[in-house]
Amino acid sequence: MGKITGFLEYPREVETYKPVEKRVKNYKEFTIPMEENALKNQGARCMDCGIPFCHSGCPLGNLIPDFNDMVFKGKWKEAAHILHSTNNFPEFTGRLCPAPCEEACVLGINEDPVSIENIEKNIVEVAFKEGWITAQIPQQRTDKTVAVIGSGPAGLAAAQQLNRAGHLVTVFERDSKVGGLLRYGIPDFKLEKQIIDRRIKVLEEEGITFKTNAHVGENVSVETLKSDFDAIVLCGGATVRRSIPIKGAHLKGVHQAMDFLKQNNERVDGQTKFDKVLTAKDKNVIVIGGGDTGSDCIGTSNRHGAKSVTNFEILSKPTTGRPANQPWPYWPMRLRTSSSHKEGVERFFSISTKEFLGDKNGNLKGLITVEVEWVFKEGERPQLKELPNTEKQWDCDLVLLALGFIGPESTLAEQLGLETDFRTNIKATTNSYMTNVPGIFTAGDMRRGQSLIVWAISEGRQAAHYVDEYLMGRSNLPLKDDNDLPRV
Amino acid sequence: MIMMKKQGMYLPEFEHENCGAGFICSLKGTKSNNIIHKALEILEKLDHRGAVSSDGKTGDGAGILIDIPHDFFVKNCSFKLPKAGDYAVSNVFLPKKENQRNYCIDIFEKFIQEMGLNVLGWRDVPVDVSVLGEIAAVTEPHIKQIFIGKSNTKQDNFQFNLKLYVARKKAEHNIYSSKLSESSFFYLPSLSPKTIIYKGLLIPEDIKLYYKDLKDPTLVTRLALVHQRFSTNTFPTWDLAQPFRYMCHNGEINTLRGNISRMYSREELMESDWFGPHIKEILPIVLPKKSDSASMDMAVELLLMTGRSLPEVMMMLIPEAWEKNDDMPDTKKAFYEYNSCLMEPWDGPASIPFTDGNYIGAVLDRNGLRPSRYSVTKDDYVIMSSETGVIDINPNNIEYHGRLEPGKMFLVDMNQGRIVNDEEIKEHIASQHPYRKWLNKNLVPLKSIPYNDCPVFFNQETLQKRLTIFGYTQEDINTIILPMAQNSKEPIGSMGSDTPIAVLSERPQLLYNYFKQLFAQVTNPPLDGIREELITDISLTLGSDFNIFDINEKHCKKLKINNPVISKQDLDKIKSYKNPDFKVTSLPITYKIEKGHNGLVNALEHLIHEASVAIDQETNIIILSDRDVDKDNAPIPALLACSYINNGLQKSGKRSKISVIIESAEPREVHHFALLFGYGASAINPYMVNEIIEDRINDLNTSSVSTEEAIQNYNKAVGKGILKVMNKIGISTLNSYRGSQLFECIGINTKTVNKYFPNTVTRIQGVGLLEIEQEINKRYSKAYQEQNIAAELELEVGGQYRWRRNGEYHLFNPLTIAKLQESVRSNKPKTYKEYSELVNDQTKKLMTIRGLFEFTNYDPISIDEVEPWTEIVKRFKTGAMSYGSISKEAHENLAIAMNRIGGKSNSGEGGEDQERFYKDVNGDWKNSAIKQVASGRFGVTSNYLTNASEIQIKMAQGAKPGEGGQLPGPKVNPSIAKTRNSTPYVGLISPPPHHDIYSIEDLSQLIYDLKSANREARINVKLVSEVGVGTVAAGVAKAKADVILISGHDGGTGASPLTSLKHAGLPWELGLAEAQQTLVMNNLRNRVVLECDGQMKTGRDVAIACLLGAEEFGFATAPLVASGCIMMRVCHLNTCPVGIATQNPELRKKFEGKPEHVVNFMYFIAQELREIMAQLGFRTVNEMVGQVHKLDRNNTIEHYKALGIDLSPILHQVIVPKDTKLYHTENQDHQLDQSLDFDIISKAHPALFRKEKTVLDFNITNRNRAFGAILSNEISKIYGAQGLPENTLKINFTGSAGQSFGAFATYGLTLVVSGNTNDYLGKGLSGAKLIVKVPDEATIIPEQNIIIGNVALYGATAGEVYINGMAGERFCVRNSGAKAVVEGIGDHGCEYMTGGIAVILGEVGRNFGAGMSGGIAFIYDKNNTFKKQCNTEGLNLDPVIEQDDVQNLKDLIENHYNATLSPLAQRILEKWEVELPKFIKVLPEEYKQALIRLEAENLITK
Repeated sequence: MGKITGFLEYPREVETYKPVEKRVKNYKEFTIPMEENALKNQGARCMDCGIPFCHSGCPLGNLIPDFNDMVFKGKWKEAAHILHSTNNFPEFTGRLCPAPCEEACVLGINEDPVSIENIEKNIVEVAFKEGWITAQIPQQRTDKTVAVIGSGPAGLAAAQQLNRAGHLVTVFERDSKVGGLLRYGIPDFKLEKQIIDRRIKVLEEEGITFKTNAHVGENVSVETLKSDFDAIVLCGGATVRRSIPIKGAHLKGVHQAMDFLKQNNERVDGQTKFDKVLTAKDKNVIVIGGGDTGSDCIGTSNRHGAKSVTNFEILSKPTTGRPANQPWPYWPMRLRTSSSHKEGVERFFSISTKEFLGDKNGNLKGLITVEVEWVFKEGERPQLKELPNTEKQWDCDLVLLALGFIGPESTLAEQLGLETDFRTNIKATTNSYMTNVPGIFTAGDMRRGQSLIVWAISEGRQAAHYVDEYLMGRSNLPLKDDNDLPRV
Repeated sequence: MIMMKKQGMYLPEFEHENCGAGFICSLKGTKSNNIIHKALEILEKLDHRGAVSSDGKTGDGAGILIDIPHDFFVKNCSFKLPKAGDYAVSNVFLPKKENQRNYCIDIFEKFIQEMGLNVLGWRDVPVDVSVLGEIAAVTEPHIKQIFIGKSNTKQDNFQFNLKLYVARKKAEHNIYSSKLSESSFFYLPSLSPKTIIYKGLLIPEDIKLYYKDLKDPTLVTRLALVHQRFSTNTFPTWDLAQPFRYMCHNGEINTLRGNISRMYSREELMESDWFGPHIKEILPIVLPKKSDSASMDMAVELLLMTGRSLPEVMMMLIPEAWEKNDDMPDTKKAFYEYNSCLMEPWDGPASIPFTDGNYIGAVLDRNGLRPSRYSVTKDDYVIMSSETGVIDINPNNIEYHGRLEPGKMFLVDMNQGRIVNDEEIKEHIASQHPYRKWLNKNLVPLKSIPYNDCPVFFNQETLQKRLTIFGYTQEDINTIILPMAQNSKEPIGSMGSDTPIAVLSERPQLLYNYFKQLFAQVTNPPLDGIREELITDISLTLGSDFNIFDINEKHCKKLKINNPVISKQDLDKIKSYKNPDFKVTSLPITYKIEKGHNGLVNALEHLIHEASVAIDQETNIIILSDRDVDKDNAPIPALLACSYINNGLQKSGKRSKISVIIESAEPREVHHFALLFGYGASAINPYMVNEIIEDRINDLNTSSVSTEEAIQNYNKAVGKGILKVMNKIGISTLNSYRGSQLFECIGINTKTVNKYFPNTVTRIQGVGLLEIEQEINKRYSKAYQEQNIAAELELEVGGQYRWRRNGEYHLFNPLTIAKLQESVRSNKPKTYKEYSELVNDQTKKLMTIRGLFEFTNYDPISIDEVEPWTEIVKRFKTGAMSYGSISKEAHENLAIAMNRIGGKSNSGEGGEDQERFYKDVNGDWKNSAIKQVASGRFGVTSNYLTNASEIQIKMAQGAKPGEGGQLPGPKVNPSIAKTRNSTPYVGLISPPPHHDIYSIEDLSQLIYDLKSANREARINVKLVSEVGVGTVAAGVAKAKADVILISGHDGGTGASPLTSLKHAGLPWELGLAEAQQTLVMNNLRNRVVLECDGQMKTGRDVAIACLLGAEEFGFATAPLVASGCIMMRVCHLNTCPVGIATQNPELRKKFEGKPEHVVNFMYFIAQELREIMAQLGFRTVNEMVGQVHKLDRNNTIEHYKALGIDLSPILHQVIVPKDTKLYHTENQDHQLDQSLDFDIISKAHPALFRKEKTVLDFNITNRNRAFGAILSNEISKIYGAQGLPENTLKINFTGSAGQSFGAFATYGLTLVVSGNTNDYLGKGLSGAKLIVKVPDEATIIPEQNIIIGNVALYGATAGEVYINGMAGERFCVRNSGAKAVVEGIGDHGCEYMTGGIAVILGEVGRNFGAGMSGGIAFIYDKNNTFKKQCNTEGLNLDPVIEQDDVQNLKDLIENHYNATLSPLAQRILEKWEVELPKFIKVLPEEYKQALIRLEAENLITK
């Protein structure tokens, strides 16, 4: 498999981006596709390890060496086949996954890892382009019906798997379009929405019914659901956002990142009617929260034409390299610089916002921060310590709060009588994905709390197996094993 | 008689024996009493070839065969005897108890009379019981002599013999089947009108004391055949002492099981007018549970009764390697080919002296694996034995010295009083019948059958579905099948195997995976089918067998297939072949899936029935086919069907009438094919593989290969692979391998094995047919599952060779590796604990046999009372990994770490840079405490051995037991070449066997050699777990090893064929338990240290090994992982990305391992062990060794397959006297103090300490072995590798030097022998000069006489050798630096040579230069015959014209003349200009290229 000496011959190469000044003018994806030969060479870098740690590091268990080899050999169709055997939606993960596989790549011990994610994306794009991705309607239908609540990656994956097993699946989505955070959280410059549409089209052709504007617990009663379906899979995500309970949080100009991003995505999609347009144009923007959502806010603000964009992160600045206590092959916390960061932002770490300042009209005018330090003690949770005399005032017109999510909304749990944990996640183990109510399952962020797309797909697939088993007594739907690399 | 009973892991049938044998006879037919004394003297002089049992007294058996001493009997019998030749006599072993004895006598007499013979009388044999050892006395029979007269005086000898034979056989069968308590005492060593045998459980010098007859000076004979037996175990019996009735044997018949089973089948067809109805009463011909030699003797006896002569019988049973010999006269070749249709070779190392009183002679196996030297004297005596020098003969009385050559016969016709040469006797025998004509008329080569067209198979399921039914994985296709189709070679892998054995795997396993290949170690050698291809053959003939009594053309009405792995087309040819001699019947091997287990059982019964009916209807070829698989019919495992047909038909007496062809979708790996042949198949068409190749032809890298070619490639690869599997156990022809069942079953219960695989060893029980059917059913259900899931991969990934999440489980996986590396790098005990729990807890996923155990009988003490970890780690070792297989950095890292903690690292088989023998300034030491001596002998010099604290002889390696290795030229960089004493860029081959160990007495010799080379070092013998390893270990203990290492099958490797990685050898738990039990049983355990290794990963592993009997422990993969290895499994590709298994300088820079990582690992292991010790109540490891009662089965494990496993044999506690030690308490007595070297050291002080030139004169005998090794060790200690200045100490010897003369002899020594020497001259020569010359007073012509033995200069690295005569086989084998001149050599000359110069002034045997990659040979090719003898692959044969070469050659011949006064050298030098053109220079192409490259590099560096 692969080219034995490939890793000694070719350096790592990934897609490059269009220049910042061009890309920030629109919301299109801005990667520049690689030539086929260059991609094959990247495939050749894969060493066909006796133990492919990437394959363990990938929550889906993608058969990475196997598809790398096919790419190296130019067998794109076979590569797509292998890729789809473990991943329902590589076009999402290929664009958006932080690629724990690459952190676990053996070549990454002392070299740049194989560009697995980029290869993945290219495989699926070739497959769509060549028309290989078509509806595969199950040969037989069972007479079972399943309701999937939520059309994010977990819900979609569960739906497709269950449909493959022959069940009739209906997906309920409270928004007007399918996709969940993929559609409303991820900006178009990272994932153009036609990417979702083309996949949904295939799912519909395969026989999955999508009901949009169908908010279970609000305009769709859980009772109907329980009586109409043999099983229910809850994939509603962890949508309750974290806020910041400090003075001035109510001021006009302090917004949740998700409101900002969602509206923007809707505008890009062509919607025009909004109570109030949220824009960063000509504003001094401060994004609080240094994660992926924060990064998306930065990219979006720059596209709006913000006057300045500043980013705060309460944690200390991580090292660029792998920290010693998070050795290979584990997922390391290290400084990640996204394409949005490169589009213009000033980043501050170890900084905590103390107070928002407003004018008398209640408009945000600025904020006050303080520098912090983390104190680590063996066996204790790290302590946050404010450093004296480090208070600082910042001028700003727009603050976007990208502080993460607390957990799922409680509606469904309450109406269905489901047990939850202290984070309000709905309780279900990975041995069954079934809640305390027989026939009701849950997967994705709703079960595990906020996480990665790749985990959502993985949960959806795993849950589907157990749903199928619950319905039929046994299941042929695939399961990955429990060989996920742990987090340290 | 008292036999050791089957108990625990020990099985008595795995006893081995090795022997000293010889004969002496008077050509003139002069009878004398002296011959008896001389004959017994031969044995006494060979006593070092054997071992001493634990009591030091009881011999393993010895005996003598002589002419019937007619006059003596006339004088000593109370009754009248007819004239000589008209009566037969034999010693008869009888029960001790008189009543039983009388019963036996009555029975025997009854049968004698029934055959119309006359009992003339009985004579009590006078014996002296006082000489017997304890064990011998217990089993001593009552011995009487019986005298039997002919029916009438006109009865010819043949008829007389026949009647005697029938009478004896009938008596044996009758008495053995009686329920007499002492029935087994009844035994007749011989019963002949010509010869008589005196034998018993005696040591040689006691034979004549015990049998008082032999001391009588009036007892005279013309000939005497003697034999002394050494069994690997200490429970021999009187009847198994040799000689047997017609022969004795030094060696081992590897194919025995197949031979016996086929003899048994032949009995079905036996008919003879001579015997009439008696023929059925003598069956079985071969009595069960006898030794290989005894069994063969019984076959010889029968064949003699068919009217064949003794030499002819020997030719049938031990044919020469005729198959690939184009120079063999056609008459002889035809004889062999004809006989191959009715008898498979009895194959294995064998020197077999034989006699029927008319002829006395000997044959040697086809590969010449035992030494056999003879001398003919001017006063007309012939003396033959394993060594020369066993009888003192005045040099001027020697007519000539010779040696038995491979496959050749040495024969004395006593009646004609002359030696009949091999060619004459064989030509005579071969022309008795028109064999060639018969063959031409009847034998049908498959090639010659016309091919019409290929039938279409209708209603077949899709390929996809069938692939699933037969359990194909992507790995099967991509890793195994396609590479074979492309490269026509079996794929290679590396690292060990850490997947569960079949019975523990959760995945449905093919039946094949429950069987493990057996392999040769110690008692016989594996073969090298690549370099010694000419002795191998995989062709088979198909068709009915016929009555062995007939000699006619019917026997060759057979179908001959050159490679019995056949294509679909070939099978179609056979199916549609129209020839009245062949009737082919196809039988489906399927069963109704819905009927499950019962369906399978019934289908098998039905199959036997159908086969039986087909045979009754004249079918002679049966095809077992699983083509008919469909929705309702599942396949019977082909192996199950094949074995059941093979054994079932044998039971019903119909086996020999048919040959079996397998048409199956199942077989895909070499192992599968090997099993099918091993259980009786004669041809196999793997049609599914054919289809896969057809389907995937475009996936091959080479676009030009057609489907047919690709299938041929695959078939060829399997053929080669099978050859390798056969070679592993030392078998050279598939004809002998077929049906030999050389496998051990692991994980199938006895009931199932007895029924379907009778005579296969299975020791821990396991699944039955029920579970086997469940596994088929699982695959089946998957193929026919109702809903196929979109996007699913069609086939499972596999994951046997490369880890995959949904593949087979591996103990080393991302989690365990991550945890282990984290723990040793950050020295975190907590993380180590997580790691060890992941490995140890197998309650959910069974991986290993040890995983099934739990500790029990707790007796907790405080951990502070347990010996400290610093003591424990002294018992730890790292595995043998050569510098070359791993990088310098990784190699030194392990050495430094182990030296820091007082453990031992192992050099591996690659020598070691002598700079590492000295400590670094910071106190670190890179010296490997253990120096390995493997078959390649790379870098094994006196100095290397001197710097060891332990020397390990690698008999086998877990990952590839029975196989050699190869370091390709490009990997041999100058630094590696330096440590290996070889030439840079010249590829290095490690042969499968040690060419100085073909037998246990050879191992004992090597131990002696190495112990001599370093008396302080322990000698460690590394064995691999397999059935019988216990008896081998007992033998090795008796051969005086200090340490015995039992390796598991799963250990790592730098490169090995995948078949070997997975399917050869057993888990160490079995081997270790067997070794411990057998050693304890024999009271040998205390003499040796027992060590264990093989995928040891945790302290728990160590604890279990210790409780099972180990006291030292080896780790290899785990410390590598600790040093950064991430199990890439690309060691064989030189691309290791972490700088461990690579020589690429860029990659080596990436090595990040530190000694402290390894130290931390060892510390963690020791701590974990200490915790367990504290829990169990052991303060020291010694207390813990062998305490199996602290282990029990973990009953919480419930796994449908593992439930049937019975661990009690492993946990068996041998019942022994109370003071028997379970661990090492006393050291071996190597008896080095008698060495001649000490005499010389005491006289050579000026030379040794002041470098003064000294000359000494000494006598030498064959008992003075390994001369020079001790002396050189002393020199190396003082002067290191450079030794002394040239010629500092010269010693002139007179006599016959023992084996290994000049072993490891170093610079400054000049050793001269006037006389001759035995095998292994100049083994590991390290700089000395050796001269062997014909004594001045001798009249023999040197170049026509054998003067040294086999395997000279094995692994020599430097020095000069001048030999004034001919050498035996394998001259200069693996020489890498010595310069040698010799006047003629045997077969396989300069094999694997990598450097040095060999000048051969005379005849050259076959297969010269096989595997020769370096050095130069100059051949004096007077008769222009050399090219034919040369294995020209990769060799340049040029005239000697370059000035350097001419000068070199001339210098060496001049040296030779000056050293030996060789007349031949003189003649050549006198006519130098005329003779020079007759020389051929043999230059390996690889060497030539290397020299060019080196020159270029030198130019650059200048």
